[in-house]
Amino acid sequence: MSTHPSSLNNPYGDGKVIDACSIFGVMDRSGACFSGDDAIAAIASMHDRGNGLGGGFAVYGCYPEFKDWYALHVMYMEGGVREDVEGYIDGHFHLRLAEEVPTRRTSRITDPPQVWRYFVSREGGGEPGESDDDYVVRQVMRINTSFKSAFVFSSGKNMGVFKGVGYPEEIAEFFCLDEYRGYIWTAHGRFPTNTPGWWGGAHPFNILDWTVVHNGEISSYGINRRYLEAHGYQCTMETDTEVMAYALDLLLRRHGLPIELAATVLAAPLWSAIERNGSPEAALQRTLRQVYASLLMNGPFTIIIAHAGEMVGLTDRIRLRPLTAATLGPRLYLSSEESAIRLVAPQVERVWTPLGGQPVMGRLAEAACWNAGDVA
Amino acid sequence: MKSYLASRFVIDRNQDRCIHCRVCVRQCGFDVHSYDVEEDEIVSSESRCVGCHRCVLFCPTGALTVRSNPLSYRANANWHPEAIEDVLKQAETGGVLLTGMGNDKPYRIYWDHLVLNASQVTNPPIDPLREPMELKTFLGAKPERVEIDPATGALVTPMPPQVAIEVPILFSAMSFGSISLQVQESLARAAGQAGTLFNTGEGGLHRSLYRHADHAVVQVASGRFGVDAGYLEAGRMVEIKIGQGAKPGIGGHLPGEKVSVEVAATRMIPPGTDALSPAPHHDIYSIEDLAQLIFALKEATGYTKPVGVKIAAVHNVAAIASGIVRAGADYIAIDGLRGSTGAAPKVMRDHVGIPIELALAAVDTRLRQEGIRHRVSIIAAGGIRCSADVLKAIALGADAVYVATAALVALGCHLCQMCYTGKCSWGIATQNPYLSRRVNPDIGARRLTNLLRGWSHEIQEMLGGMGVNALESLRGNRLHLRAVGLNEHEMRVLGVRPAGE
Repeated sequence: MSTHPSSLNNPYGDGKVIDACSIFGVMDRSGACFSGDDAIAAIASMHDRGNGLGGGFAVYGCYPEFKDWYALHVMYMEGGVREDVEGYIDGHFHLRLAEEVPTRRTSRITDPPQVWRYFVSREGGGEPGESDDDYVVRQVMRINTSFKSAFVFSSGKNMGVFKGVGYPEEIAEFFCLDEYRGYIWTAHGRFPTNTPGWWGGAHPFNILDWTVVHNGEISSYGINRRYLEAHGYQCTMETDTEVMAYALDLLLRRHGLPIELAATVLAAPLWSAIERNGSPEAALQRTLRQVYASLLMNGPFTIIIAHAGEMVGLTDRIRLRPLTAATLGPRLYLSSEESAIRLVAPQVERVWTPLGGQPVMGRLAEAACWNAGDVA
Repeated sequence: MKSYLASRFVIDRNQDRCIHCRVCVRQCGFDVHSYDVEEDEIVSSESRCVGCHRCVLFCPTGALTVRSNPLSYRANANWHPEAIEDVLKQAETGGVLLTGMGNDKPYRIYWDHLVLNASQVTNPPIDPLREPMELKTFLGAKPERVEIDPATGALVTPMPPQVAIEVPILFSAMSFGSISLQVQESLARAAGQAGTLFNTGEGGLHRSLYRHADHAVVQVASGRFGVDAGYLEAGRMVEIKIGQGAKPGIGGHLPGEKVSVEVAATRMIPPGTDALSPAPHHDIYSIEDLAQLIFALKEATGYTKPVGVKIAAVHNVAAIASGIVRAGADYIAIDGLRGSTGAAPKVMRDHVGIPIELALAAVDTRLRQEGIRHRVSIIAAGGIRCSADVLKAIALGADAVYVATAALVALGCHLCQMCYTGKCSWGIATQNPYLSRRVNPDIGARRLTNLLRGWSHEIQEMLGGMGVNALESLRGNRLHLRAVGLNEHEMRVLGVRPAGE
């Protein structure tokens, strides 16, 4: 069997991977880091929304001692390939530290891959004018498409993705996530219908420090994918989440749009609403929708997007998948189900259901940004 | 010369029902029926019958039946009746055989081998009666990206001219001359009511239709008929016509007898003269010349409206389309093998060009490969019969479609293919005022808006079934198509997977 990501993740060659799930996110907007206990308990409480074929977490602020280094998390599905990949990494990056990601033997996680992490920086290579981020993206894509049975699934600074096949609480136990601290935790429990489950196919999906956890099936997937492919992305995973992540990368990083406008692209307002809107903003919305028509994510979805200092919840424009938001002091909660929030924060101050297509944003205060990730 | 051709049709008149009212005599544009006063009898000259059913439908007592002549040639898979009859016609006339409407040969109709998707369980279908379902489409070039001033948040990117249409269906080019003024007025009014556009064809815009010009695509063809500053100024979009699916590689010929005073005034030529459109534009012998004409028209219209190019679907259509994009066109209309005409040599209509489905898929794929798909809208034409065809075209990559035959059928056309004679009994393809007044623009516009409304509802139902609520989410989304009964090469060109996979 080929071990190319698409064949692992989509073994029957369906148009794409179909799945549903539970999602949860919690952020401390003051930048204070906290343990994963709440996120793990909350996602575990939505156990029935997954089927044990994928669980995962993103933790922001978890590598304060290496915060200026890209942390590459790499899974090796077969022995032997690690030497090749490490040779490649060594040849293309300045390597600060390589270590095996600590794991715990648990009875319910079977046949895990080897998971290693590498703290790296760019080593002056790359094409003229290429930014460090672009360079890292290119190398990650290169590794993921050219090395059989190796997969980079996390590549940001001072953050990490931990994911695999199993229920999310089992994955947390496996990766010893109770020992990590972060100021944003996002979590995902997966219910795929056409994949046996593959470690790389679990959520969160990541590129640089951007992560997406996603509940939904994007009916516009075909055109979203074709559009992104025309912009140089290789959709090796054949999932909705992947196109969501690449779309955000294109809009936010490459086209420099603020996240509010990126949300306007993914869950565009109706034409009738744009026409009713007499403000100058209407022209901007119209232009965005005309130019990025192929990035409208049509069909049911809820996503939690995170990157350094920011966590955003968004549903499709007619809210076909659930999202509940809540606040308690500096904490912002986003969840598929309200019960998961109330489980870990019974005294929440405000709980609400966001309107379809309207992002819920959590942002670090300006001052806190500088300290993001420093252990509070 | 004695003709060796048998009648195509047999007319049965039920004498018990016939009341000698002579409706059939008056309705037939081809003088099939005549009244013999002395015998008080109506006789039918079957050899002239074109099978358009006008008399059948208007006979108040249902006395008439028209059927194919059962004349049986000796069976021959090679020398089928049409081949024999075409030889006979040419032996008797020595001319090029003319015909009208689109290719009627049994080339594979790819629409009928493509099926659409629907949502079940893992994603919900959307009910268009309860949820918004957006068909609005913007034609025109788009910038590659949107740029925002980081300081002010203001939009920096200039937007090229866009034309909004409420349904992704435009009425294709049909000139005043090939069709009657009443038919063009029906199309113009329906386009206005439905929020879409009609296309003047290459015959200019009659002064009475200038009030509908905001819904007009004004065509600039090789004959330059009816083109002046006011015409370009008036239209919503400007279209350079390079080719037509029914007759790729040749021009047009409106015979002088159809050039009435009004047609002449609209085309800006003397009445009664032949209106000849040359095969090439005499100022376009290559792509750089096309670029000059595109920009001449943009200059003339102050860069306020999209300027597009219409081509026939031919073998290298993808490369040609790519060149047209780079030459600065804001949209490309591609007219396929089954596109219609008011008059064309039969041999051209039936043997030149490629099916629109393949051409459309090839062009969309190529423009995406080259990263220039956003720089044009694509309008697919030639062989769109129903709302499912429209949606399949959009899934293959079209922004919108042109329809002409379907619009004429809505007005009564029965596809007798005799447009070039100017005798159309349905009053559509004729300048004879006795015939053309049969199309009442009030009723014509209503029939056409009904058609567009019906198709729109069907498109909304199908889109909702696929789980999307905006047309743009289906555009180029070939995963929502599957092929039934196509070979691997065809599926590769179409970019679709076989059903069941």
